[in-house]
Amino acid sequence: MIELRDVTHRYGERVVLRDLSLRLEERRVAVIGGNGSGKSSFARLLNGLQLPSAGQVLIDGLDTRSDGKAVRRRVGFVFQNPDNQIVFPVVEEDLAFGLKNLRLPRDEIRARVDAALARYDLTELREHPAHLLSGGQKQLLAIAGVMAMEPAHIVFDEPTTLLDLRNKRRVARAIAELPQNVVMISHDLELLRDFDRVIVLDEGRIVADDRPGPAIDFYERRMA
Amino acid sequence: MILSDYLPGTGLLWRLPPGIKLLALAALGTLLLAVPLLDLAAITFVAVIALYLGSGLGWRVIWGILRPMLLILAIVAGAQWWLFDALSALMVALRLAALLLFASLVTLTTRASDMIAALERALFWLRPLRVNPAKVSLALSLALRFIPVLGSITAEVREAQRARGLERSVIATAVPVIVRLLKMADDIADAIEARGYDPGNETSRSTGETRP
Amino acid sequence: MTTREIVHIALFAALTAALGLFPPLTLPAVGVAITAQSMGPMLAGALVGAKRGGLALALFYVLVAVGMPLLAGGRGGMGVLLGASGGFVLAWPLAAFAIGWAYQRARFNPGLPGEVAILVIFGIGLVYLIGVPWISAVAGLSLWQALVGSIGFIPGDLVKIAVVIAITRTVRRAYPALSQGR
Repeated sequence: MIELRDVTHRYGERVVLRDLSLRLEERRVAVIGGNGSGKSSFARLLNGLQLPSAGQVLIDGLDTRSDGKAVRRRVGFVFQNPDNQIVFPVVEEDLAFGLKNLRLPRDEIRARVDAALARYDLTELREHPAHLLSGGQKQLLAIAGVMAMEPAHIVFDEPTTLLDLRNKRRVARAIAELPQNVVMISHDLELLRDFDRVIVLDEGRIVADDRPGPAIDFYERRMA
Repeated sequence: MILSDYLPGTGLLWRLPPGIKLLALAALGTLLLAVPLLDLAAITFVAVIALYLGSGLGWRVIWGILRPMLLILAIVAGAQWWLFDALSALMVALRLAALLLFASLVTLTTRASDMIAALERALFWLRPLRVNPAKVSLALSLALRFIPVLGSITAEVREAQRARGLERSVIATAVPVIVRLLKMADDIADAIEARGYDPGNETSRSTGETRP
Repeated sequence: MTTREIVHIALFAALTAALGLFPPLTLPAVGVAITAQSMGPMLAGALVGAKRGGLALALFYVLVAVGMPLLAGGRGGMGVLLGASGGFVLAWPLAAFAIGWAYQRARFNPGLPGEVAILVIFGIGLVYLIGVPWISAVAGLSLWQALVGSIGFIPGDLVKIAVVIAITRTVRRAYPALSQGR
């Protein structure tokens, strides 16, 4: 379970999130909002990439401030641009990176890499240079790299924004199949239709928190 | 982007550990520069050519390496001739050609990835200098990953500037490339730490001052 | 060293490689080709300081040494580094370090005369201090002859300094966090 207690977050003078208190227990939670609504900072608070200026963020009872390392093991993070998330030159090396950081035994790493490659249709590309993959393949590799670490939660920061329609659907399917709890930041309302809960942020405050139908309707009226 | 001048092969030179080849190169370079004798330069030159031929690398490969160096060899030899005499010109030219051919032979018979792997193993020796091998190895991998990325960003930006008639301007191209590089660097660092990389005691974790 | 510093080191090494992709410019007056690549050490030092700048160029040197064709014109490998121009490439890490050190001392705001002085002393002076004796050793020339042979490149280097100053100032405005040395 993810819990925010009286969280306020600022950049210098600017307040981007204001006094949020939330418990996220559902399997699929989405966060939507216009540009500058604070949703990207919200995502980064959940795995301790950023620490709140005030208040607490708890992941399964672990505080992101004091248990940063453990939190990062529990919460995977998929970024908007896979080009910045893939950090090794070759596909299989990149998949192994997160697993090596977990200090898993060599056999376990190999087994998990093979499984992740097979699951995302990347087996043929295992020795391929990462920069030669298509945009959709890169995002799948990024997801595979996080998934292989078997976190309890995965946070997605606009994972389909840079993809074309076909790859969007492919990535959406991959996300739908994940066994993990998912928190997804997105502009892509289509992606959220089968989610359990949708939170609408505006200027750092929660303005709606509901099932997808009513929440998306509210958001569309507000943006109009 | 082709990442190495490596030529695939299976001979003895290919199978030698990269570390041995590098040590041999360093030893040969030191010897040739320390002992400026025509006989030694000529024997080494012939021996290096023999190594090429014996490894199945023909005259075409040798010529491909020597051709771009002919001008500099000519300048070097010419200057020696003018200053001293023909024999010392021959010595300097043979010495330089032998060294460059031998160095290229190391590159031709060793994959860049094997060389880097050898390097990473050797990094162990840097520990007493308080150099962390894991960090050096991460920096190497990141550079290999992002060299092609920066190459395509540069090409993309030049394309965009061509539309504005600015493709010859280094400033108009370099500024957007570097700004993108700096923003990418923030995201990449976040991504590395999000995947459980532990940089040691120091972290770049922020309470939000650096990002917009 | 933070993760972000490691990333900066790798990316400025990659930037120096990318600068090698610019077509060389030939100065009509002296007929010498100048490449954008030697701006790499100046940009790295001036933008991210001594440690990151110096290590970025050291990393670049290592990548060239293992055979990656990253030098302008697609050259790489030990052969090139031991050749006549190898001393200049060897000088780049030191130049980047010294330039970064001087910029840091001035809190990344040395003023125009200061910037020109830093880049001339370390970006040209230091590089030639290593590159010229190297030529003289490799080519068997006297120091004086090697220096005379290299002087044709100096006008191009001065142009590069002007370009580097323009680039670093614009980048700093677009990315102010750099000026706090981050």
